[in-house]
Amino acid sequence: MSDRLPPLDPNVKLDVEALLDGLEDYRPRRHGWTWRKQVPGQKMYEFTYHETSEPVERSIPLPAAHYFENIDPQPDCVITTEIASGRPEDDIRRMRMAAWHGADHIMVIRTAGQSHIDGLLEGTPEGVGGIAVTRKQCRLSRRALDLIEDEVGRPINYHSYVSGVAGPEIAVMFAEEGVNGAHQDPQYNVLYRNINMYRSFVDAAVAKHVMAAAGILQIDGAHNANATAVKAWKVMPELLVQHAINCAYSVAVGMPKENIALSTVPPDAAPAPCMRMDLPYAIALRDLFGEYKMRAQQNTRYMESDGRDATVSHVMNLMISRLTSADIQSTITPDEGRNVPWHYNNVAAVDTAKQSLLGMDGLREMVKVDRENPELKSRVREIKERAVLFLEAMLKDGGYFAGVEDAYFVDSGEYPETNDDGIARCSDGGVAEGTIVPRADDYMAPVCHHFGENHLPEGFRGRAFEEDAPCDLIGGCTLCYDTKVPFIDELDPTDNAVMRLMQTADDREKGLIRPEVEWAGDGIVAVTMFLPAGERVAEAAALELGKAMNLTDCEVIHKRVMHPAEGTHLELKGRLDVAIDPAKLVIPEPPEVLSDEEIREFVHDHNLRVVAATVGNDEHSVGMREIIDIKHGGLEKWSFGVTYLGTSVPIEKVLDAAIEHAASAVLISTIITHGDMHRIQMEKLADLATEKGVRDKLLLIAGGTQVTDELAREWGMDAGFGRRTKGLDVASFIVKTMRERGL
Amino acid sequence: MVRPDTFHEVRAHLADLTDEQLEAKFWELSNKVVEPLVELARTHTSPSIERSVLMRMGIDSRTCVAVVAECEKRGLLGHGVGHVVYICMQEWKCDAPEAARRLAEGDGWEIVDAKWGGAR
Repeated sequence: MSDRLPPLDPNVKLDVEALLDGLEDYRPRRHGWTWRKQVPGQKMYEFTYHETSEPVERSIPLPAAHYFENIDPQPDCVITTEIASGRPEDDIRRMRMAAWHGADHIMVIRTAGQSHIDGLLEGTPEGVGGIAVTRKQCRLSRRALDLIEDEVGRPINYHSYVSGVAGPEIAVMFAEEGVNGAHQDPQYNVLYRNINMYRSFVDAAVAKHVMAAAGILQIDGAHNANATAVKAWKVMPELLVQHAINCAYSVAVGMPKENIALSTVPPDAAPAPCMRMDLPYAIALRDLFGEYKMRAQQNTRYMESDGRDATVSHVMNLMISRLTSADIQSTITPDEGRNVPWHYNNVAAVDTAKQSLLGMDGLREMVKVDRENPELKSRVREIKERAVLFLEAMLKDGGYFAGVEDAYFVDSGEYPETNDDGIARCSDGGVAEGTIVPRADDYMAPVCHHFGENHLPEGFRGRAFEEDAPCDLIGGCTLCYDTKVPFIDELDPTDNAVMRLMQTADDREKGLIRPEVEWAGDGIVAVTMFLPAGERVAEAAALELGKAMNLTDCEVIHKRVMHPAEGTHLELKGRLDVAIDPAKLVIPEPPEVLSDEEIREFVHDHNLRVVAATVGNDEHSVGMREIIDIKHGGLEKWSFGVTYLGTSVPIEKVLDAAIEHAASAVLISTIITHGDMHRIQMEKLADLATEKGVRDKLLLIAGGTQVTDELAREWGMDAGFGRRTKGLDVASFIVKTMRERGL
Repeated sequence: MVRPDTFHEVRAHLADLTDEQLEAKFWELSNKVVEPLVELARTHTSPSIERSVLMRMGIDSRTCVAVVAECEKRGLLGHGVGHVVYICMQEWKCDAPEAARRLAEGDGWEIVDAKWGGAR
């Protein structure tokens, strides 16, 4: 159904309260996964792309896009962001930001402990490290995403987890609520959540079968072995085995291969020669699993608190994706090594993926993997053989369950090497042990898409057998009849989104602004500093500095020694309990620009001439050329007479030229700010103009990357122009000011 | 068990396989590993599976928990909890959510006992 809420206005915040209202009637408008639509040879600006997809309607392009007419090409693969604020009402605002930067796969992390809850959670309780996945939370997210995807102009996939002891129920709920993708891998339950192995596999078959019916894309859990392993480069053979077990099992219970994605990570990170180690693995994997989809995840195993370090690792991971293949490019936020991801780090990770994938567009046509390289060839073969040996031994030892009991998995040795440090689980142990029951001769489930033995009355085996559907026995099931889906609102009168929103209602009503990284009004800020002291002293000093800045709950979230004695770079987070009322802010209006005709007429009538130069010992000329050259839409476009004196020009020479050419304005560019060079040059220009008696006849204008209008005026100029100034801004200023002054 | 890397000693039987043969072997073994797992799943059920059946019958999650817990206690999971609800629907001529609601309130267990011979 289409929502009764109006479309989103890009200039208005999400109305979270309105989204929460009427959820009981909200139904998803589609089911199943959506891929991006590839556009081979797509032309944008002056470029041709080989690996991009249909453009979006609204987005925030990469920072340098303003040099290229603000194009925002979208790579060919789906891009994932993982959101884990713990509060669904805050998650959805972050989803909108991520979508504007290019995410079309929103993966919502579950709260710690949900895996062990035997049944569905309901309502919107607050989670830890993720949200409580519930029907209401899914519905709220899907409803918000329906509006967001209309805003950006591209379908957005919503994703969460069908794991834990309530897998079949969560799968049904996801199918009913239009969830598009989900992690499902019984091995994850067994190895990392210590859920009984029999229960995990029995449940998984039903869950997968339901997911298949709803077209939900499945992602497996093998990447966790990489994240857990003592030496990540040694688990490669086992990773292949884990992928194969989940794939083979999924196919056997009815899931189509095109809906099965492998969660694969380049296992290693520098200072290891990681790309040479990881590329053979990536190739072996794609050789063996060519019929399946690749969800390329980024490395978390060797992630520290350093955002720069994490980003470089992730770019190398992206290069592996581009040299091999990725259907879904997942992202990990660069702050995941230090805290639960913050809003802007989701965006940073999505931007890193988009930037890297676009930068390497079509690269594989020129830079090909040399499959005949002896090291690569033998290593690819070796990894496959080791995986086969693993499977052979496991079968000989009694199969999968026996293998898990024998700690075959997540051993730090590269199979057949073992170090006896793998994860061992007992078949008669773990959470929910002893809960599976044999289906009796009269077992019956009068619903559709049910896996396994089902003794339905004659004539109800379903349309595939040209018989009635099983659910015709009961007048229809929820997977066939959407109106039969029940809805529970809240079970906890205090721990829910509406109650939490009341705490910040005052800020919202008054439009107050507080800093935030995770939740509305959390007040968290991060401060970057360099302290000229060793690590331990610097950390203690940083905490004191935080207090001096009126921050509470201060914590050093990252530190890196620059030199043991000379100093340490730190990032400090703290809470700032200050709200700003935007109504009380004094914000200078952006200068209005004039029309081309107006400028051209004035310039013509007054025969306007300007003199321009980069002053001081400064060789930068690009900025000034942008302002004056006709080909950049500079002053010459409106027939200004421009005399450009070049770079490193002394102030005296600039003024002499202005007088000689009877110029109306002087334009100086000053990029170098070392030793306040820009201030000195401006003051000198103003003083000298006064001295020579021409100050009243000349407009003095300064520009440069660090120049602001306010500073330039303070230092004697008529105006200052900073980054992103266009010729039109300068031309408009000259014409308007000359008019005002009657010049 | 700690074992050194014996790869070069134990790979002899794989050495002469072509890449295609090796890959085929990988999948043949993988399918063999999952075969008994699929069979286990085909012939067994669990409380979560039974609750997922009731959910598909339009029953809300809290009622699902109550009815499945009672059936588990009575040793009825193997017949299918959807089956239990279905029997009561027929008896009461009502829809599934209504039958499940009544069962959760303690009604109708005599109907179930009559069919499956009472609690274990």
